[in-house]
Amino acid sequence: MYKGGRIIAFAALFCLAVLSPFIVNLANAAPAPETSLDTPAINAQQTKECVASTEYMKDNHMQLLDEWRNDVVRDGSREYESASGQVYEKSLDGTCLECHSNREEFCDSCHDYASVDPYCWDCHDGEAS
Amino acid sequence: MRIVGPLILTLALAAVAWVGTQYAGLYAVFGIVIPYLALASFVGGFVFRLVKWGKSAVPFRIPTTCGQQKSLPWVKQNKIENPSSFAGVVGRMLLEVLVFRSLFRNTKTEKQGEALGVGSAKWLWLGALVFHWSMLIIVLRHLRFFLEPVPGAIMALEGADAFFQIGLPALYLTDLLIVSALTFLFVRRVVIPRVRYLSLPNDFFPLFLLLGVVIAGIAMRYFFRVDIEGVKEVAMGLVTLHPVVVAGIGPIFYVHLFLASVLIGYFPWSKLMHAGGIVLSPTRNQANDSRAVRHVNPWNPDLPVHTYAEYEDEFKDKLVKAGLPLDAE
Repeated sequence: MYKGGRIIAFAALFCLAVLSPFIVNLANAAPAPETSLDTPAINAQQTKECVASTEYMKDNHMQLLDEWRNDVVRDGSREYESASGQVYEKSLDGTCLECHSNREEFCDSCHDYASVDPYCWDCHDGEAS
Repeated sequence: MRIVGPLILTLALAAVAWVGTQYAGLYAVFGIVIPYLALASFVGGFVFRLVKWGKSAVPFRIPTTCGQQKSLPWVKQNKIENPSSFAGVVGRMLLEVLVFRSLFRNTKTEKQGEALGVGSAKWLWLGALVFHWSMLIIVLRHLRFFLEPVPGAIMALEGADAFFQIGLPALYLTDLLIVSALTFLFVRRVVIPRVRYLSLPNDFFPLFLLLGVVIAGIAMRYFFRVDIEGVKEVAMGLVTLHPVVVAGIGPIFYVHLFLASVLIGYFPWSKLMHAGGIVLSPTRNQANDSRAVRHVNPWNPDLPVHTYAEYEDEFKDKLVKAGLPLDAE
């Protein structure tokens, strides 16, 4: 091999770079977080029901919040009727955080895990109003 | 057919992943087996290709030069375009790899009136640069799925990419850029007759595959959202060698993952391997020092050296008879 040393060094460097997530995770890989529904408001509910189904909320809650924000701020529309006919106020502080008062275990645990940095908390302080 | 074939192939691959997970329920196949196989093909193939290229002979020192060679002390040398040292070669390679220096030299010959004119043509360079840098940022951004805790640098990169906070989840600028650049690179191959003439299915297939991966990813992030925590669990399972099947992730994720797996599995066996090949380009990675350093051709047969003294000794009689002077006397 002409300049074989350099070629092998380059190949080794390539492998190291591509496989670095494997190597880094050998040392420390935190487990997936568990979302906690253990809050006084949820425990007090007879039928535990959110504004939409769990599957929908898992995938699309950011979309719902975005729509709510636009509806409230631009159109002044504050009422949201869920699929079950229940009417909620379109409010992060007043509705979401009323039940999910454990922001750290409910919101932040997943957001941190998936490295999502929502700008909700730039304005909202994460406390129920 | 050169365009339609690869397009159908890409769409078929996407359909396979969709049907395979949504209807056949082969989550372990598309979420575990195929990604591992693809990674093995990527790493193994990449090293194989490098070693195979490395083994080929380098009979000549053939750097292409685009500037003043090292000469007399008062002649100013162009140290990057015509390097004479290792540092110069490194500088030249960095320019090549990071900003595509030789593509920047691209020219276009056109008839201007009656005369033939040669002008600069930078669009390909710009499109290629936008695509490759977007790709790099996107790949680095994806590390957030493979590392826990996520390093601050990755989060900062993501934050910068979503700088304008458009929509929720925030729009990544590189998503826009990579789609534009790939579209440009595709359209260029179709509308310029000369380029179209020399484009083959294996030019179009990587483009469609990349577009497929990108579009599936964009669809997943902005339109058909999936459970991102589940996605991270799958990714972390793969990189910690404890693969898991997570229920409830939409099929669009598996389309994205499968197309990405096909892309990296196909990578070393295709023209995409220019990523590794660029550092082995003999016209780029050699110093132009052939007047200072002897380059030995590995093909040279191992012959005994026959010096002039020996030659003279052998033909002494004939040389004397012809009246030629002898060194030995």
